[in-house]
Amino acid sequence: MSAAAVHSLWTTAADPISKIDAPKIEYGQLSPTLIVIGAALVGVLIEAFVPRRSRYYAQVFVSVVALCAAFAAVVALAADGYGTTKARIAAMGALAVDGPALFLQGTILLAGLVGLFTFAERRLDPAAHGNRVDSFAAQAASVPGSDSEKAAVKAGFTTTEVFPLLLFAVGGMLMFPSANDLLTLFVALEVFSLPLYLLCALARRKRLMSQEAAVKYFLLGAFASAFTLFGIALLYGYAGSLSYGRIAQVVDGTATDVDPALANTMGNDALLLVGGAMLLMGLLFKVGAVPFHMWTPDVYQGAPTPVTGFMAAATKVAAFGALLRLLYVVLPGLRWDWRPVMWAVAIITMLGGAIVAITQTDIKRLLAYSSIAHAGFILAGVIATSKDGVSSVLFYLAGYSFVTIGAFAVVTLVRDAGGEATHLSKWAGLGRRSPLVAAVFAVFLLAFAGIPLTSGFAGKFAVFKAAADGGAVPLVVVGVISSAIAAFFYIRVIVLMFFSEPRPEGPTVAVPSPLTMLAIGVGVAVTLVLGVAPQYFLDLANQAGVFVR
Amino acid sequence: MSFPLLTATAALPALGAVATAAVPAARRTAAKWLALVVSLATLALAVTVLLRFDPDGDRYQLTESHAWIKDFGVRYELGVDGIAVALIALTAVLIPFIILAGWHDADPLETGSRRWRPTQGFFALILAVEAMVIISFEATDVFLFYIFFEAMLIPMYFLIGGFGDRAHEHGEETAATQRSYAAVKFLLYNLAGGLIMLAAVIGLYVVAGNFSLTQIAEARADGSLQMATSTERWLFLGFFFAFAVKAPLWPLHTWLPNAMQESTAPVAVLITAVVDKVGTFAMLRFCLQLFPEASTWATPVILVLALISIVYGALLAVGQRDIKRLVAYASISHFGFIIMGIFAMTSQGQSGATLYMVNHGISTAALMLVAGFLISRRGSRLIADYGGVQKVAPVLAGTFLIGGLATLSLPGLAPFVSEFLVLVGTFARYPVIGIIATFGIVLAALYTLVLYQRTMTGPVKPEVSAMPDLRVRELVVVAPLIALLIVLGVYPKPVTDIVNPAVQQTMSDVHKKDPKPEVEAAK
Repeated sequence: MSAAAVHSLWTTAADPISKIDAPKIEYGQLSPTLIVIGAALVGVLIEAFVPRRSRYYAQVFVSVVALCAAFAAVVALAADGYGTTKARIAAMGALAVDGPALFLQGTILLAGLVGLFTFAERRLDPAAHGNRVDSFAAQAASVPGSDSEKAAVKAGFTTTEVFPLLLFAVGGMLMFPSANDLLTLFVALEVFSLPLYLLCALARRKRLMSQEAAVKYFLLGAFASAFTLFGIALLYGYAGSLSYGRIAQVVDGTATDVDPALANTMGNDALLLVGGAMLLMGLLFKVGAVPFHMWTPDVYQGAPTPVTGFMAAATKVAAFGALLRLLYVVLPGLRWDWRPVMWAVAIITMLGGAIVAITQTDIKRLLAYSSIAHAGFILAGVIATSKDGVSSVLFYLAGYSFVTIGAFAVVTLVRDAGGEATHLSKWAGLGRRSPLVAAVFAVFLLAFAGIPLTSGFAGKFAVFKAAADGGAVPLVVVGVISSAIAAFFYIRVIVLMFFSEPRPEGPTVAVPSPLTMLAIGVGVAVTLVLGVAPQYFLDLANQAGVFVR
Repeated sequence: MSFPLLTATAALPALGAVATAAVPAARRTAAKWLALVVSLATLALAVTVLLRFDPDGDRYQLTESHAWIKDFGVRYELGVDGIAVALIALTAVLIPFIILAGWHDADPLETGSRRWRPTQGFFALILAVEAMVIISFEATDVFLFYIFFEAMLIPMYFLIGGFGDRAHEHGEETAATQRSYAAVKFLLYNLAGGLIMLAAVIGLYVVAGNFSLTQIAEARADGSLQMATSTERWLFLGFFFAFAVKAPLWPLHTWLPNAMQESTAPVAVLITAVVDKVGTFAMLRFCLQLFPEASTWATPVILVLALISIVYGALLAVGQRDIKRLVAYASISHFGFIIMGIFAMTSQGQSGATLYMVNHGISTAALMLVAGFLISRRGSRLIADYGGVQKVAPVLAGTFLIGGLATLSLPGLAPFVSEFLVLVGTFARYPVIGIIATFGIVLAALYTLVLYQRTMTGPVKPEVSAMPDLRVRELVVVAPLIALLIVLGVYPKPVTDIVNPAVQQTMSDVHKKDPKPEVEAAK
């Protein structure tokens, strides 16, 4: 027997390599995500190879260029019609390139860019040993209060890793709302969550609090991820596929071919309901909706304020995008099952956030609870299940993210000897001392409160209108009541700033570099433009209001 | 395209506000003069509007219409009817006096930060309020109206909370606390009202598909837009609630005494004589036109609430120890009359109510501003701290008396005409309510005359003995107001001529005709 013949007894020849189809990747359509992730990798290399002195500049340069380029790519894709007529599913069904995805990616990129400006701010803290410092720990690995920390500060170390971390987070966020199968959704979730956990732990001041916040965020986030993953597994069992379109077909009952391996479970409604609920839970956690909001105040308070601002804005945009796609593409056939639940979640989120915020004494915690209340308002638009619902949520998110980043950027300016003075009592009389800063913050607060001629009002009006059109009138009434409650604590801060006597040992307002000024300026400009002349942006959101499936 | 006169009338004070706010800290006096000049120029524009307005012409005149937020069905639509013209004129007339009366109210006590510019802020805020009030009177798009109705709260809030009387019987610390309490109360009441109205505004959009007052009213009249009875009632209540808070109507009135007591006299006048008029005006324009059936349905309850306002406000005014609080409760009583006139659904009642808005603005301004001059001299708002002022400062006392007499509707002064019309109009349809409301007048005489007696007559209190009489600036404020009161009291025809056609229109909106006079036939 020849050697070849013997060999063929226990092996069979595989098909030639040429028969395996190489995955077809539409690089052009995925360019926004690819650019950002590529730049993040470049950032890692910069950390490794560029001398410490010039790292900061190299990182800021690369990040800014990457975010701008990615935004340009989004605009180019949208101009090419990918948001409307040429909307499609790319990368072997993993990612959708459609209106909502492009709109949200554009918003995330701009929010990331503005957030980056606040990350790069180095004028607020007094220089330590002749080195200009930013809001991040000198060396993350050094134990707080230890000699090695002092040595790191003295050596002028800075954690320039924050820039690639930011880019990784942005990259994940870009994928999250465009994910078109459940596995991609999960990967994107982890890709943007892990850098955020790290960023939360990196505060330069109050490091223990910052690390505590990061641990809390990580543990609860891991829980939520586990829920999500479990839900995904159950949904797979239900539909025999991870792809959104396929699951939707099975839910509708339009799928005819049954996977023989899953014949016993496929179409089992218990799997669908439990799996869908768990998946929703994971997303509602990221959104910060009651009762999955517990992490929000602690993390918002403990994280370095630039991170808080970025996270509060961009995470919300990404998570709501994913939520919208899930509910509108995968589960529309299940509308009658999830709507009552989401009604309840929206109502307790609006009321809970607004009521608990009243008792807060720390400005960052207050903004955290306010963000919870806003999540409730946005949910009201999500529930509308109409094209108006989608576009109103898109518009709301765009307006909200810039107000949020701007507001947190103002928080970084008000400082005393211990760093940022976040206790509300220290903000008393700020309007006397620095009228301009107080006025800008008042604009943001009024936008949060939804006063006319700010983006907050236009957004709120849009989501409530969509909700009322969709038959959710009680939801609108609750929304209006919680707006009134929420207005109370926003106004309280304004009272404090303008009508209270300044404290003799009160905080000072640091004069920031043009970076933070730019971030705040963009925030104010967007707030007013979206408030006074929202039509163009409403049109944009309207055009972007159709999901591809 | 013709010159956008209405936009200009609102835009001028808005631009003036920005310019005033931008005046450097050291040029305080320049800011004052700038504000005064702007307010006078606005008055000139308002007079132009008045002259260009043809009482017998179209219902809405000088109209402007531009697309604004297409998605929400919102248009930038302006237009004035007779009622709006009268109120715009009132606003434009009062603001220069308010500015002049508050000339020194916002001078900084000590030099704070170099950039702290309270004076500039004070006058800029007054002009901002004027701009927003005027555009609210002009807007014929519900959404446009709503936006400024709400946005108005912000400058008002800063005026109440940021600027108070120089002297305060409990010291500056308490004064600041009470001021910010009053400001927050003002804002929360009105914001709550406004947000409930927002729900109704959204509801209106869901039902009607656009916000144009003229289009909706037309569609309602020709039957192409039907509303379910319950829908119409809920929407009406949403709108009415906001206007009743603003007006204010009992039991939603409690923010007014605080706000008027704590703010300076000119700001108090701004609240009660100008801003609150938007509430009563909006009842006439929006509640009656958009929801005629629901308005008729709600009339009995609203009339009773108005009646309670009249009597309750007057009774509480009698019991006040604080001059400004007294005027505030008197105003609540007067707003009761205005709302009663509107919902009596007779043409006399509604013309009377409109005229009442104008007259109440002027008479309250006269009384309150003189009271402010008085308070700034003695440094106390308590009635008990005064006595015998008429011997020391006869001109001040005399003008105070005329303001007071106007408030109690003495024949010959302007408020008499309107109060009479309102009572006659109410009596024609609801005799019992008309009769009870008459007691309000008696009580008005009581609180006004007792106030005068306690402060101005009797032995001269030692603290008052050196009180200077009215200065030239103060005379310039008071004299024209008193002249207006007398002129309109003797010859109200110019105002009623402008107002009456609009009132007839509104009456036909709610499908009401005046009841025929009944004469008991002799048998």
